[in-house]
Order: sequence, then C-alpha cells, then structure tokens
Amino acid sequence: MANKRPDKKGRFGEYGGRYVPETVIYALDELTACYQSARKDTKFQKEFNGFLKDFVGRPSPFYFAERFTKHLGGPQIYFKREDCNHTGAHKINNTVGQILLAKRMNKKRIIAETGAGQHGLATATVCARFGFKCIIYMGEEDVVRQRANVEKIRLLGAEVVPVLSGSKTLEDATSEALRDWVTNIKNTFYIIGSVVGPHPYPMIVKDFQSVIGKETKKESQKRFGNAPDVLVAAVGGGSNAIGMFDAFIDNPKVKLIGVEAAGLGLNTKMHAAPLTKGKPGVLHGSYSYLVYDEDGQVMLPHSISAGLDYPGIGPEHSFLKDSKRVKYHSVTDKQALNAFRLVSKLEGIIPALETSHALAYVIKAKKEFRKNQHIVICFSGRGDKDMDIILQSDK
Amino acid sequence: MQNRITTYLNSLGNKKLLIPFFTAGFPSLKYTYEYIKAAESAGADFVEIGIPFSDPLADGPEIQFSSKTALDKNLKLKDIWKLVEKVRKHSDIPLLFMNYVNPLIAVGEEKFITKTAEVGIDGLIIPDLPVEESATMQLIADKVGLSMTFLVSPTSTEKRIQMIDKATTGFVYAVTVAGVTGANKKFSNSTDDYLHTLRKELNHKFVAGFGVSSSKDAKRLTKYSDGVVIGSKLIQIIREAKTEKSSVLKIEKFLKDIRKTLS
Repeated sequence: MANKRPDKKGRFGEYGGRYVPETVIYALDELTACYQSARKDTKFQKEFNGFLKDFVGRPSPFYFAERFTKHLGGPQIYFKREDCNHTGAHKINNTVGQILLAKRMNKKRIIAETGAGQHGLATATVCARFGFKCIIYMGEEDVVRQRANVEKIRLLGAEVVPVLSGSKTLEDATSEALRDWVTNIKNTFYIIGSVVGPHPYPMIVKDFQSVIGKETKKESQKRFGNAPDVLVAAVGGGSNAIGMFDAFIDNPKVKLIGVEAAGLGLNTKMHAAPLTKGKPGVLHGSYSYLVYDEDGQVMLPHSISAGLDYPGIGPEHSFLKDSKRVKYHSVTDKQALNAFRLVSKLEGIIPALETSHALAYVIKAKKEFRKNQHIVICFSGRGDKDMDIILQSDK
Repeated sequence: MQNRITTYLNSLGNKKLLIPFFTAGFPSLKYTYEYIKAAESAGADFVEIGIPFSDPLADGPEIQFSSKTALDKNLKLKDIWKLVEKVRKHSDIPLLFMNYVNPLIAVGEEKFITKTAEVGIDGLIIPDLPVEESATMQLIADKVGLSMTFLVSPTSTEKRIQMIDKATTGFVYAVTVAGVTGANKKFSNSTDDYLHTLRKELNHKFVAGFGVSSSKDAKRLTKYSDGVVIGSKLIQIIREAKTEKSSVLKIEKFLKDIRKTLS
C-alpha cells in the first residue's frame, strides 16, 4: 500500500536530495538512523499512536457537509476534520512524532520555523508536554498577522524570534531556523513543519501525517462502501495533502487534487504557486519546483494565507505533478476569502485560510464533478487564527 | 587538472595561503574590482568572489547584508562575469566563485560552469552542495578545467573527509566551527585538534575559513592548515569605513598585516 518513495538518497524521482552545508549532513544521517530504528520499533509506534489518540484527539471526525453539498448542488462533500485536533490543525500529528524522535536522540533543545503559527504552536505544545526548551522562528510580518498564535506560543513557554530578513515570512523563518541548526547542531533537534527540507524530513513528515489518509480510507469504506472519488487538499509546503493522499496513491480510481495559492492572480508576481508557475530549483535543502528569476534569485511569494506564503513546495509534490498522479490547481486570495465566509455560514465551521483554498477550488470546479461522486476535502485547520486578517479584509 | 589554482598550489612550498572573499556588487561592482586589485597588491594568493543569493542559508549577518545590498541594486550574473573579464585583462591571480546551487541550476549547469571558466574563473565553492550531490557538476567542471573545492566541517566523519578529499580538485575548505559565516568566532583547542586531524587525513592542501578576523586568528589556524579565507571581517571593514574610497585603503592595509604574519 504505502509507496516506496523516496529512494535511499532521499529522491522522489529526480526531486529531493540534500542540498545543505556539510555541517548538517552529520545530523541528517543521525536522524535517518534514529528514524529507521523507530519505524520498526513497536514500542515507539505504540507510544506515537497513544499520543495521537489521547493528546491530539484522533481519529479526527469524518463529516458530511450537508448544506455545503446542497448549496453546490453537485457532488457529496465530506470534510476530514483536522481542525478538530488539539491546537487546531494537522500540524500536531507531525510534531508529536518528531518530539518522540528528539527524545529518542536525547536532544535538549528544539527549534522550528512557522508561517501561520500553527506549526509553531504545535511545536511549542509538544515541547511543553515533554519538557523541552523551544525556539520558534517566525517572519516579522507573520508575527503581526498571526498575533493570537504568537501569544499562545509564548504562553506555552517557547521563545518566538521575529525574523527581519527578506519578505519577513515563512521563507526567511526557515532560512533562519536552518542557520540556528548549523550553529547548534550537536544539541538541537530541528522540527520541520512540512514535507520540505533535506532528506529524511520529507519522508518523516509524510509518514507522521499519513494517519490522515489512513483514517479517511477506513471511514469512507464504512460510510459509502468505497474509496472516495476525489480528494482535495491545499498545498503550501504540502504536508496535509501528502498525508491525505499517501494511502490512495496506488489506487488510480481516486482523483487527487492539490490547490496552490494564486494570491492576487497567476498573471501577477504576487502569488505562491511554484507548481503552476515555477521551475525545478533548490531552496532549503531540496530540489523541487520553485519560483525564481533568470539568475536563480528566489521571488518573494504572496498569499493572504500565511501557511501557503512560501515560494517552494515539498519534493514529492514535484514528482506527483510530473507523473500526473496529482493535478494541481490554484485559487486567488479573493476566492479563498469568499469560501471562508460561505462555509462558515453554511456549516458552522470556520476554516483556516489555508483550508479555504481547497474549499474555494471545489466551489470553482463544482461543474466538473458528478452528483453521485464523493469528494473528501482535507479540512486542514480552523480559522480562529485568521480573524485579524478577515477583519482587515472587510475594510 | 591544470589551471591557475593547481599550478599555484604545486609550487606553493611552505607558504600559507591568504584568500580574501568579496561579495560581488557590494557596495558596487566598481568597488569589488578595486578590492580585488587591492587584495592582489597586499599579497593575497587567491580571491573568492561571492555571488549574491536571495536565501544565503550558510551565511551570517554580514554576508547576508552585503548580498541583499547587491541584489537590491539589481545586480545580475552577467555583470559579475563582465567584472571577471575586466580583472583578467591585467591580472593572473587565481579566482574562485562562491555561489549557492540555485543560480547554477537557473542558468543551467553546463552553461553556468562553461561561461564561468571562459571569463577566467578557476574554481567553484558551493556551500550547499555536499559531495554526494555533485557528480553532474563535477563532470562539467573537469571538462572545462574548473577546480571544485568542497567543504569539510568539524562534524564530518572520517569516511566523509576521505570522500571529500577524493572529490576535490584544487584545495579543501575547512569550516572552522559548526555554524554560519561571520566574524569574530571563538576558536578553541578543539579547533586546533580538528585542523590537526585534517592535516593527517587530507591529501589535498586545505584552508580554514568562517570567523577568521585577525592576524592572531590567521596565525593560529595556519599552524595546521595551509591558509585562511577571510570574508565577513572584510565586509565589516567596508561597512565601517567612512567612504567607499577609504574602504579600499583599509582593506589593503588589513590584508597586508595578515600577509606579514603568514609569510
């Protein structure tokens, strides 16, 4: 069932690999070895699953969005409710797994990058639970637009370091976290928040997030006696999408759709859509689609959703795009905002702006689906954190 | 392979290498040209030219700042190639590019490396390219006679040090302490031990870089290594100089002082 990617060198087809300073290789080798042993260790798996159940609150609900379905008048729409997880998004699945690895490796200090603050929050949460020192790098612009999460992270005892370079968003926060890691490589564990970065991270994060797809497979069998016809997920770095898709990759009957952020529009420079508008390149340790100019300078991305505001994408998505197993589309800030409002009113569930991109795609493409089809949308997170942005957009 | 670097290294004897680093286009290409000239007259052996990149993850604040300044002025790769051609009109000093992987991919590996050799560069240092990802670039570089310098770090295992030594065509670059580039790092006994180990394990000549800021540092680090690279400290000197013009004299004086300790 689960596919054999990546290969031993951390490649998904030609994508992935390890483009990092020599100093980091040692830590990546150490992490790979630790993970290989943890993967086979039933005690580790049992502990991980125990925390997913009692701390995260899994399995997450599988919800029939009845009024949204009626409103669209098309396919049957289900939400895989990752917003119901502890801390309000899928991010915690991965941080629980990685903190157990950090413990196993006897590291003392945790660092992480964050965009929307959800990964920062999920990291600070597990650090509090397991008693680790925790430092979160966050672009200054995101510190402002995701204020509520910043306060929560601090309350949990973690330090938030605002990053002032570049676009002051996720891209720069990730570079700064990597610089910290190179400097404190012996005692520090870097909890990467998405299926990005050098090998083995894209593999580890996929494995920890694959619980989303596994539960979806089981539950759809129970509800409608079959696998879903279509899965839709937003992609920034791409971890909720990979987590959702992985269990269905080998079943060609299931259509897989990833939705990127088109920002102010794909015909402008203000977007965050590397798979639609980029070319293969290297950023933050792996070879993957990326938006850059003719000299290789990475372009500043834009999305109203801080979690999607990133110029790159996880390497496995690049492979899935080229092999055409997953179709990638994009929606604009405006379409996402409209979906945000619509779904809040129809279903009584406020979606994250990231999730709103997946919802907006289904609204946009409703005519392409048949009435008897089952669509499952990965409802990656809740929108409480986005209230400041929503109020701002009202003005 | 024979080029300016390997020829120079073959006749080096016991002389220690002084290798200054300048970010291309900081504060402007005109001054990068002046710094290279000043470095040569101060007795530098090679010069490293940094290609600014938008996401320099191996670099500390100084080189980040210089890169951003250059890019904000819309510095283009073709202008850097032109700068090298201008230097080559009057100088035979071995020159290296220090650049991240992505600009190389953007231009195309073959085209980038070929053009870089054509304009007169002798070697490449790519801080985010570990030896196991380098096969394609190595082949092209060999073909056009460009040396590849790989980095070793205090965290490199014995096996990796051997891999790096084998892949290197020119000299090895030893990162002094785990971390990013930056002036004023603290060197300890373990730095000395590490360089001593490298001396025993490497067949190639090797230089120490990252954090080298004074004659004292240079002296200490060359006890076991074959030379030093100085980068962030030079950018600091340029930033602190009252005028761009005076920065050239300050750079020359600083490098002369280091040269004295090293020869």
